[in-house]
Amino acid sequence: MNIKSQKDFFCGLMFMAVGGAFAWGASTYNVGTGARMGPGYFPLMLGVLLTVIGAAITFTALVVETEGGGKIGKIAWKPLIFVISANVVFGILLAGLPAIKFPAFGMIVAIYALTFIASMAEAGWKFKTTLILATVLAVGSYIAFVLALKLQFPVWPSFITG
Amino acid sequence: MDLITNLSLGFSVAFTPINLMYAFFGCVLGTLIGVLPGIGPVATIAMLLPATYALPPVSALIMLAGIYYGSQYGGSTTAILVNLPGESSSVVTCIDGYQMARKGRAGPALAAAGLGSFFAGSVGTLIIAAFAPPLTELAFKFGPAEYFALMVLGLIGAVVLASGSLLKAVGMIVLGLLLGLIGTDVNSGVARFSFDVPELTDGIGFVVIAMGVFGYGEIISNLSQPEHEREVFTAKVSGLFPTKQDFKDMAPAVLRGTALGSALGILPGGGALLSAFAAYTLEKKIKGRPGEVPFGQGNIRGVAAPESANNAGSQTSFIPLLTLGIPPNAVMALMVGAMTIHNIQPGPQVMTSNPELFWGLIASMWIGNAMLVILNLPLIGIWIKLLTIPYRLLFPAIVLFCAIGVYSTNNNTWDIWMVAIFGVIGYVFIKLGAEPAPLLLGFILGPMMEENLRRALLLSRGDWSVFVTRPLSAGLLAAGALLLVIVLLPAVKNKREEAFVED
Repeated sequence: MNIKSQKDFFCGLMFMAVGGAFAWGASTYNVGTGARMGPGYFPLMLGVLLTVIGAAITFTALVVETEGGGKIGKIAWKPLIFVISANVVFGILLAGLPAIKFPAFGMIVAIYALTFIASMAEAGWKFKTTLILATVLAVGSYIAFVLALKLQFPVWPSFITG
Repeated sequence: MDLITNLSLGFSVAFTPINLMYAFFGCVLGTLIGVLPGIGPVATIAMLLPATYALPPVSALIMLAGIYYGSQYGGSTTAILVNLPGESSSVVTCIDGYQMARKGRAGPALAAAGLGSFFAGSVGTLIIAAFAPPLTELAFKFGPAEYFALMVLGLIGAVVLASGSLLKAVGMIVLGLLLGLIGTDVNSGVARFSFDVPELTDGIGFVVIAMGVFGYGEIISNLSQPEHEREVFTAKVSGLFPTKQDFKDMAPAVLRGTALGSALGILPGGGALLSAFAAYTLEKKIKGRPGEVPFGQGNIRGVAAPESANNAGSQTSFIPLLTLGIPPNAVMALMVGAMTIHNIQPGPQVMTSNPELFWGLIASMWIGNAMLVILNLPLIGIWIKLLTIPYRLLFPAIVLFCAIGVYSTNNNTWDIWMVAIFGVIGYVFIKLGAEPAPLLLGFILGPMMEENLRRALLLSRGDWSVFVTRPLSAGLLAAGALLLVIVLLPAVKNKREEAFVED
């Protein structure tokens, strides 16, 4: 059997998996009756509905011809990994990880790290431009978020401020 | 006249220095993100939501609203000068606007878009002011069955709006509804789907979903494409003012666009994008004067009509939000969030319990539109300069603002991990061709739908026929069914697919 549209095929599978998981999870809660719905009623309904929709999409993807085969195409691993890890590293540096006693480095260090990691997602990045950009962003964020909006951030590393 | 007293109350609120400042700030920011392709109002509003905690609620909403309609103005600039839609609602403006720019008529095109938008925005504001009170009256007659039916209608509307496969859009809505149910069930106190994670018992924050899916997902997808060769017509913007003949051509187009946009904006699922498409299609059908430039080669009507329509539509899409508390599109879903963080429950009672907020917001829209004309026409040079900023400097800043914004919602790193997960999910959605806007709408409506369904069936003792025996509810559901049938009609279906091909 040929997959006529890759995108739709996997999209349908995703809906089926997620819908099934929700429906299964919902059935472990009290479902109740229409007049007295338990916490499981509505999610069970929706979970089953999503599974059915997913099945229908997968089915059409196998049957109906699509122009160009609805190819998913290459996955952009590089931007994906750099952008997401920039975000995660920012979180770790900003507030630290108490679970493994990783100290908080504060906002300024976190901004430099985020800007550099995120910039690497693009092929033509240059050290100097990125350094300038990071400095502009760090100073700008300090003025906008800490001084003007008075949001509560750890700004400097915790082992310096104490 | 009530309208006059109400509006004067609104203007007295909107004309305070602080609110004027925030309206201005919102408009500038809206124009900025409108001009820059690759970042839209959904991500921007999500990013700024946390920053509005410290502001008074009126100022916060005035600013966020300014971002939304400001982005409609800015989007047209990019569409005309670079042939890239700065906003999705400016897609059709590219067609004739860019051709006008190539013929050295960028000035009149920008003026047509700006003036048309201003006219439409003003009319849209008046329509909100005139229609909101009677609709609010009607909303008080709504019981849980009606609210449920209305939300079903709204979600069907969102499906029609989504590009691509209908079935996939329905799937995304249901997925959104399910994600919205994560967290503690208000009726039984059971923590659903929380895997014993304390942070999940409060549910997933919609800021996290909006930023992950619309912010990070989009950035990753943008980065995977080679940077567009941008041909900016900077030097050629001279002679901003349209000729007499231009005015004669565009005036009726602006009127038609405004009327169509206002009507489509009110509809659930409607808003700027749908309005612009519909207006362009209508304009193409209407015969112009003999000797007019054909469509697709720089017809001024092809700029004026969709630009008026998208602005009117973005204005009137506030009506369902302000009167019924039901968001008709993703941006309005975020406005619901903005109101909730300021402890205002969106719905018909807002007008009576917070009249300053209600009328102040409406009045500020007119002021904002006036500011936008000034910002966009005489100061066009500044925005053109912005277009030369390369994406590689822009996207790290966007990533940073997302991360900071998401952290500051709860001052908790948990949200940063969640936004990373939703960033990956957002990219998966893009890869699978599943449009995320309906998901966000479903996410906001999920808990509301469940609550109203429960109440309706509790009152009817489990009898499902309550939804069709109550006339208002039956009418709303019938409208929803009709909408579905119309979309599925072969003739309309082909048209719809055609319209979204340019997307």
